[in-house]
This record gives sequence, structure tokens and C-alpha cells, in this order.
Amino acid sequence: MVFRTRRLAVASVAVAAATALVAGCATGSGGSTSGASGDTLTLWTHNAGNSAELDVVKKIIKDFNASQSKYKVELQAFPQSNYNDSVVAAASARKLPCLLDVDGPNVPNWAWGGYLSPMDVSGSEVPLSDQLPSTVGRYRDKVYAFGFTDVSLTFFARTSVLKKYGIRIPTMAKPWTKDEFDSALAELKKSGKFEYPLEMGTGSLGEWYPYAYSPQLQSFGGDLIDRDGYKSASGTLDGKDAVEWATWLRSLVTKGYLAKKSGVDPNKDFLAGKSAIHWDGSWNAAKNAAKLGDDLAIIPPVDFLHGPRIGGASWQWAMSSTCSNKAGAQAWLKFSRQTKYFVDYARATGTIPATDAAAEQVDGYQPGGEFSVFTRFAREYAVVRPVTPAYPYISTEFQKAVQDILAGADPKDALGQAAKDIDNNLKTNNHYAG
Amino acid sequence: MTTMTAALGRLRTVRRTRTTNARRRESLTALGMATPAVVLLIVFVVVPLALTFALSFTDARLVSPTPARFVGLRNFTQLFQDPVFFKSLRNTAYFAAVVVPLQAGLALVLALLVDAKVRGVNFFRTVYFLPVVTSMVVVSLLWTFLYRQDGLINHVLSALTFGHVEGRDWLGDPATAMPAVILMSVWQGVGFHMIIWLAGLQTIPAELYEAADLDGATRRHRFRHVTWPGLRATRTFVLITITIQAFGLFTQINVMTQGGPLDSTTTVVHQAMRTGYEQQQTAYAAAISLVFFVLVLTVSLVQRFLTREKD
Repeated sequence: MVFRTRRLAVASVAVAAATALVAGCATGSGGSTSGASGDTLTLWTHNAGNSAELDVVKKIIKDFNASQSKYKVELQAFPQSNYNDSVVAAASARKLPCLLDVDGPNVPNWAWGGYLSPMDVSGSEVPLSDQLPSTVGRYRDKVYAFGFTDVSLTFFARTSVLKKYGIRIPTMAKPWTKDEFDSALAELKKSGKFEYPLEMGTGSLGEWYPYAYSPQLQSFGGDLIDRDGYKSASGTLDGKDAVEWATWLRSLVTKGYLAKKSGVDPNKDFLAGKSAIHWDGSWNAAKNAAKLGDDLAIIPPVDFLHGPRIGGASWQWAMSSTCSNKAGAQAWLKFSRQTKYFVDYARATGTIPATDAAAEQVDGYQPGGEFSVFTRFAREYAVVRPVTPAYPYISTEFQKAVQDILAGADPKDALGQAAKDIDNNLKTNNHYAG
Repeated sequence: MTTMTAALGRLRTVRRTRTTNARRRESLTALGMATPAVVLLIVFVVVPLALTFALSFTDARLVSPTPARFVGLRNFTQLFQDPVFFKSLRNTAYFAAVVVPLQAGLALVLALLVDAKVRGVNFFRTVYFLPVVTSMVVVSLLWTFLYRQDGLINHVLSALTFGHVEGRDWLGDPATAMPAVILMSVWQGVGFHMIIWLAGLQTIPAELYEAADLDGATRRHRFRHVTWPGLRATRTFVLITITIQAFGLFTQINVMTQGGPLDSTTTVVHQAMRTGYEQQQTAYAAAISLVFFVLVLTVSLVQRFLTREKD
């Protein structure tokens, strides 16, 4: 009797707990819309740690709230390192905000996953067609996101140093070739002044790898995935050209041109003269120019045979698919598309304004300005990262492959394994149809 | 006669009811006390385990427009062809095989040292325990700097040998990355197990030592025949906690090496986390966790069997 009571009680506790849990899950996924209560909309942004950029977002929201009386947008800022996790968690709980920003290469994944809704911003002050192509997030011919700025990859160097060692300063009309670049590095190494003459941020983590190194891979003739249908990486990521790129990358380490793992702050090392040539983002241009003045050389990417290449797409604004007040969200998006905000954004972040009209008002980016070359890089060299929902997976595989190659793995094996894993992922996910 | 039997019978019934009532009340109290623990166990152990089991046979993804489908054993066949998984298993086993004896042994030595009745012994107890109360993330970050090519360890090495020994990038070299992680982990964790050993040492009655002294036992004999048998229960506890802790190796790897270089430090938990979150493959990560659960369970059962009370 006693035993039966106890067993019954234990069982009922278990059942009660399980029911509560299931009920909890059910309520979590029951609601189909979120992100707004009535005409008050929630907006999420990743730049909690970046006050200059955050202030621009705050300003747009304040102006929007003051410009009309129907909608009200409320801001919630997250630190960048937790932002994507927060969005994924919110999406699983059906608690996405109405408006959110998204890193460019993630747009296809989030669009496919049903996080984002296509938007219609026709009739806003700045038409989409005015923007740099890399600043508009498209997936399957629909617009899901747009950014106010973009960034560019570039080599920074000191003119005086290059001249001293008899190295030609390249231009967009005549960029460095692979042989020229290699012999320049050899020359710099021989001088004994630089432990590692080339700095490419090899100590960084995460998205920097595909952002910084896949353009070089593309310039060699390879790519992360066969972009025709995005059905396979084999033969592209581990093809002849790609292996050649990886072998070259590894040779930089073995010849002592490049640190296997660079220091904590590569930009500081460059400015301190520890490295001679720095493969970096345009976001450091203003800082470098302030420190080096006229001595700063902004150098286009090396042409490894298939033209100089840089990555495209930075953070962009989007609207969630579960937003309960899409009209309000669209109104905010349209309102934000004014040249003055493109200008504010570019000034605050020190990056490339997405439109020519805005560029004319940003110091250094006017036609002929010292940084206007970045706009030309973005227009002529930019390749967006593969527009496929598989991108986050491809990115992690590529990161691992590059890290392994730098550490001494066989280039063909490392790329072959990555290509095999990516193909397997594509296959098991039914090529991200659906 | 009949009345008497009836009366007795009634009496017995009453008494039985009373004891049953008391028993019932007692079991209700017991139940009430067990409930919080049982609920927590169900919510945080049983339910996740059941979910892991269920998920590992589906194609569930972290981000997906379609609901999960049943795919049978696909995740497991894929897992057993995954070279990284075998490297993770090997590294985890390597870590556990070195850390368990090393950390347990070192902790015992420290415990014996600080068990001495000397002034200032509390100071040393505190010093050895300090790393334990420091967050593992902080410790890992600090040691990452120490291990750098231009870090403190290499500077000290160079200074001590008058520049004859050129240190290396300890975490950047596949040959030294795991030993470096092991050294740091032992340093961080040894204090905790020292305290456990110390508690065990202090349960051994002083009379036993006195008797041993009277019998003319040497220090070695005393340790062999008094201390060691006296630490039986403590030993089991230390062994099992270090083993489980070693198998769960994750924080250090995530902060210091992310599994690199060349997979020399990837572990099962780290791979499950990377696969499940960064690569968005929930079901595959569930399969990794399930296989891992079975392995840890097996090892624990074997340990339990080997350390069972023999009498």
C-alpha cells in the first residue's frame, strides 16, 4: 500500500512536471506573431558596444517617432558577440522583434529559415538602385535587407618603406601581380627589419577568415562553393586553383613572411612598424591616416590572375517574418532611407557610404577624396559571400580549413575535407530547398 | 470467548490503522522532501536526455523552415565516418588518462603537505585553493597570454637558461597544445581535490597513527597501512569526480584553442557545441552527445564496479 502510494506520487510528480514543460513549450510556439504591441514596435541591434553607431540608430528612431504619431519604435541593443545567438533563440521561441539588423552573409540563412520577411521600400527617399550592390541583401530575387554602408578590404603600407626597398606602389589600373607581391615580401623579409613583413590578422577568429581570405581564393580562380545553383563545393573549394591558393598561403608561413598567429591587435603592430604590409579593412583607414599622414599607402588587392577581389556586405536592416505590425516596420525602414542617415552612418562607423549622394557629404569619400578609392574597390572588386542558406555552415568549414592550412595541414586534404563536409551538409539538408 | 476475540480483533485493527497512518504521514514527508530534487532531475536530466535521444534520429536543425523529420540512423552512420569525431574521442581519452592520475596524485601530495601541524599552513591551503574559486574562463584567458610566443613562460625560460632555450608558441603547436591545456587544467583543479583529500585525511583516527608509531612503523609503512586504507571512500569520490570533470573538457578548449591546431585539442563536448550551435546541426550534435553519454556511463559503471565494497 505504502509502496503503491509512493510510486503513484512519484509518477504524478513526473507527469505534472512533464505536462508543465510541454505546456510551456506549447505556449512558446503557439503565438504566431510578435515584436510589436499595437503600434509600438521593437527594434534589435547588434551594436551595444559601439556607441557612435548606436547613436545613429537612436537618432533615426527618435526622428521617426517624432515625425508621425501612429507608430513608436523601441530600441534594444545587444553586444555583437551574443547578438546572433539571441536572434536564433528568440526565433525558436517565436519572440523575434519587428525590426532587426543582420550581418550581410547571414541574410539568405535567416530568410530561408523564415526569420525575415521580404520588404517593399519603394517610394523612399533613396531608391535601392542607388546603392552599392553589396549593400542590398537579396535572396531568391527578393529584397530582405539593406545596409547604409559597406566596408572594403585593402592593403595598408608606408610609402617610405616601399620606396626604400624598391617596391612599386601599385594602382587600381595596375595592381600587384602574385610574383611582384612575393618578391616584395622577400625583399622586406631580407631587410631583417620585420620579423613578419605581412600582417593578415591570422590571430582573429570567426567571420574574418572567409571575409579576408576567400577573396584571395577567388582571385586565384577558386571559390567557397560552385555558385551555379550552390549545389556542390567539391571541385571548386578543393579544385586545382584552390589548392594552389592554399599552398601559397602556407608558403607565406613557411617562408616567414606571415605569422601563423598574429598578435592581439594587428593594427597596433602595423602602426608600431612591426609589419610592413597589412591586409585589413577600410574601417582602420581614418586611424591609419591620422597616424601616418601622407606616408600611408592604400593599396588595391593583389591580382592573383583572376582580378583583385574583396568581400562585400556588412550589417544590414531587416524586418522579421513574424512581425505583428509589418506596416509599421516598413514605415520605419522607408523613413530611415534618407541620405542624411546614410551620411551619419558612414561618418559614425568610418566606412563606405552606400550611395554616391551620401559619399559626397562624407569627408574623404567625396570623389577624389583620400578614401574614395574604397568606394571604387567596393564597386569593382566586391564579391558577396555565397548567397545560400548553407553559408553559416560553409563559413565554419572554411575557417577550420584555413586555420589547419596555416598550422601546416596538407592544403589538398584540408580543402578536400571541407568540400566533402559541405557537400554532405547540402545533401542531408536537401540542398536547402523548402 | 467470541466477544473477546472480536474485541481483540478490533484492538488489532485500531493499532494497525494507527501505524499505517503514521507510516503514511512519514512517507508523505519523505516525498515532500524528495520532490524538489526529483523535479530538478526530471527537468534537467531526464527530459533533456529523452530529447537528445529523440532528436538524434531526426534531421532537426537550429534554423530551419521545415519541422524535423525522422531519418533513422543517418546521423550515427555519418558520425562513425567523421574523422574529427575520432580525433575528439582520442583527445578526450588522452586528457582524462593524464589528468585523472596526475590531478588526484598531486592533490593527495598537497593534502599531505598542508595536513602538517605547522604555523601558517592555512595560508598555503588558501593559496592552493585560489585557482579553484577563479572562473575557468578567466584562468584560461590568463594562461593563453602566458603560453604565447612572447609570453611570460618563454621569457622566464629564456632568462633561466641565459637565452639557451628558445620557447615556442605552446598552444600553436599540435605537439604541445594538449599538454599545455592539461597542465593548466591540473593547476586550476588540483586545489579542490586537495580539500577533499584533506577532509578524508582528517577522518582517520589519530589512535591508528599512534598505534602504528608504537609498533615502530616507518613513514612509508604508516602511509601504506593506515592512511591509504583510511582514504578508501575519499578515493572513490575523487576518482569519479575527476573522471567526469575530465570527460566534460570544454571551457579551456573553447577559450584557448577552439580545438586547433590541426584538431589536436578538439574534444567531444567542444565538437558537439560547435556542431550544434555554430554549424546549426542540432540533430547531429544530439547524436554526438548520445554516443558520448553512453561512453561516460560505461566508464562510470566500470569504475563503480572496480571500487565497489568487496565485503
